Amino acid sequence: MKTMFDKIWESHEVSDGLIYIDLHLVHEVTSPQAFDGLRLAGRGVRRADKTIATADHNVPTDGTKAARLIADELSRIQVETLERNCEEFGIPIYSLGSERQGIVHVIGPELGVTQPGMTIVCGDSHTSTHGAFGALAFGIGTSEVEHVLATQCLVQKRPKTMRISYSGELGAGVTPKDLILATIGRLGTGGMVGHAVEYAGPAIESLSMPGRMTICNMTIEAGGRAGMIAPDETTFEWVHGRASAPEDFEAAVERWRALPTDEGASFDTEVEIDASSISPMVTWGTTPGMVVEVTDSIPDPAAMDSPADRESAQRALSYMALEPGTPMTSVALDRVFIGSCTNSRIEDLREAAAVVDGRKVAGSVRGMVVPGSQAVKATAEEEGLDEVFRSAGFEWREAGCSMCLGMNPDTLAEGERCASTSNRNFEGRQGKGGRTHLVSPKMAAAAAIEGRFVDIRDWS
Amino acid sequence: MRPIDVIEGKVSVLDRADVDTDQIIPKQFLKRVERTGFGEFLFYDWIRSGEIELEPNPILVAGRNFGCGSSREHAPWALQDFGFDAILAPSFADIFYSNCTKIGLLPAILSEEQCRAVAEAGEARIDVDDETVTCAAGVFRFEVEPDVKHRLLNGLDDIGITLENAGAIDAFEATGAAEHGPVTTAL
Repeated sequence: MKTMFDKIWESHEVSDGLIYIDLHLVHEVTSPQAFDGLRLAGRGVRRADKTIATADHNVPTDGTKAARLIADELSRIQVETLERNCEEFGIPIYSLGSERQGIVHVIGPELGVTQPGMTIVCGDSHTSTHGAFGALAFGIGTSEVEHVLATQCLVQKRPKTMRISYSGELGAGVTPKDLILATIGRLGTGGMVGHAVEYAGPAIESLSMPGRMTICNMTIEAGGRAGMIAPDETTFEWVHGRASAPEDFEAAVERWRALPTDEGASFDTEVEIDASSISPMVTWGTTPGMVVEVTDSIPDPAAMDSPADRESAQRALSYMALEPGTPMTSVALDRVFIGSCTNSRIEDLREAAAVVDGRKVAGSVRGMVVPGSQAVKATAEEEGLDEVFRSAGFEWREAGCSMCLGMNPDTLAEGERCASTSNRNFEGRQGKGGRTHLVSPKMAAAAAIEGRFVDIRDWS
Repeated sequence: MRPIDVIEGKVSVLDRADVDTDQIIPKQFLKRVERTGFGEFLFYDWIRSGEIELEPNPILVAGRNFGCGSSREHAPWALQDFGFDAILAPSFADIFYSNCTKIGLLPAILSEEQCRAVAEAGEARIDVDDETVTCAAGVFRFEVEPDVKHRLLNGLDDIGITLENAGAIDAFEATGAAEHGPVTTAL
């Protein structure tokens, strides 16, 4: 009896501790030094046909149509370097100007190159996203990027396994984002370290693929090596008909049906969470684990047991300029960001658009919507979502990582407070001195209208 | 990479939990396409605001879950370029730990109490082969995977080692197991 992780791991072991990689996703920030390393050592790319690249972290979202037109010199050099490297080594690339360009973790599933049973890596910690398809997917550093380019393999220590089983169903207005934020809050930012984590139970099975991706995406915020969800009809339906879907689809589905964890297989750690008890969540501090229900107040560090937690909480509140005991719903906002590899897929935009439809963004708030890919943008525009957002007063932008990490012109100014659908509320993450609160797309949309956080369940 | 065997000298201390790689090397410095020169940007915001002071000693003692967040190897590059040869902490984020071992920056896990003792001692001697940290408070053991230790002690390039085993990769590919997946070049 084996877990899904065991099955994928064992079917990819080239030799002890050496794992074969089925798909390597590449972007401009963590790859230039790896390509330089290859050139220095006179090495080539072993399997360009299992490698794909896009430009996402650095790209402006203002409609700049080509790498050479990027105003910021360093960003331009980085994207142009990626384009040159891909050309030199024969790697397919969807750079600025391509209709397939987008956030690397959005375009993989969109093109159908993310499939069940695969091993997938990328020089980006949110690679865990692809585990939503029943793949083993994780982030790597630049030395490892070089290693995969040269060998199509990776030296890995076998992680431990964890299963988080969610009983019950999510309540109305409660989203996968809330489920994963609540989970990180419960387990802590280091709670999944060293583990490949399988999310299971009825609350997971009933989710769409985008919802599953949101959950696996944030696995890394609890330190998990990889997040995974068993493939099922929902998964197969997503992959079917995509550009890179298997030619013999039925045969592929047959293989994929053997992937889920066998009944009775054991995990190193088992966790049980009642999904029906989860509320809409908002982070208050500077790690994704510093999170409360929207109906709660800002916690009091003095009430915390461990001195280390107390100290971290005090420092976080000072950075966030928040007072203990303040109701979360009275926290006012300057900015709202809907986007990122966590929540920028068409379903996320539809949910946010449904909330803002016919309303206006509060006068004190600047709201931005950034589709995860050019394809998401095109679909949203066909459906008229861009008009819904624009007439509400949101900026409607081009695809990219945008304000999730502030490596491009989209950033918070010093002291600005933002409701963000992204994944990290670290100090300065969205801009030096910026204050980030992580929420679901619905909660972000409603917060933009009201100018402060609201409980989406009571809001109409 | 440079072989490491014994690391000896003064200790710098950063007594904070959950220090993320965005703090270690803020995003504006990730736009460089080189691998060197990141040391001057280490903890850019914290050091410039006077929030922390760090001496470029051989050893850094840090808090739990050090290096969480982004997978950027620029973080270990910056720590090493700044002058650190080893980081001692009660726990590390997985990707950060792995990234350190690839460049010859030793990450070693000691208990909270042991980390505190090393910090208070102010200097220490780390023996990679023996897997020990010795300071005025005593001798503490840490663990490092045998193959990682072998690479660190000999300064070996991971890729070179794997390519010596290229026959096994050829054999794996020949089984057809690798050929079910998508072909990106056919897109």
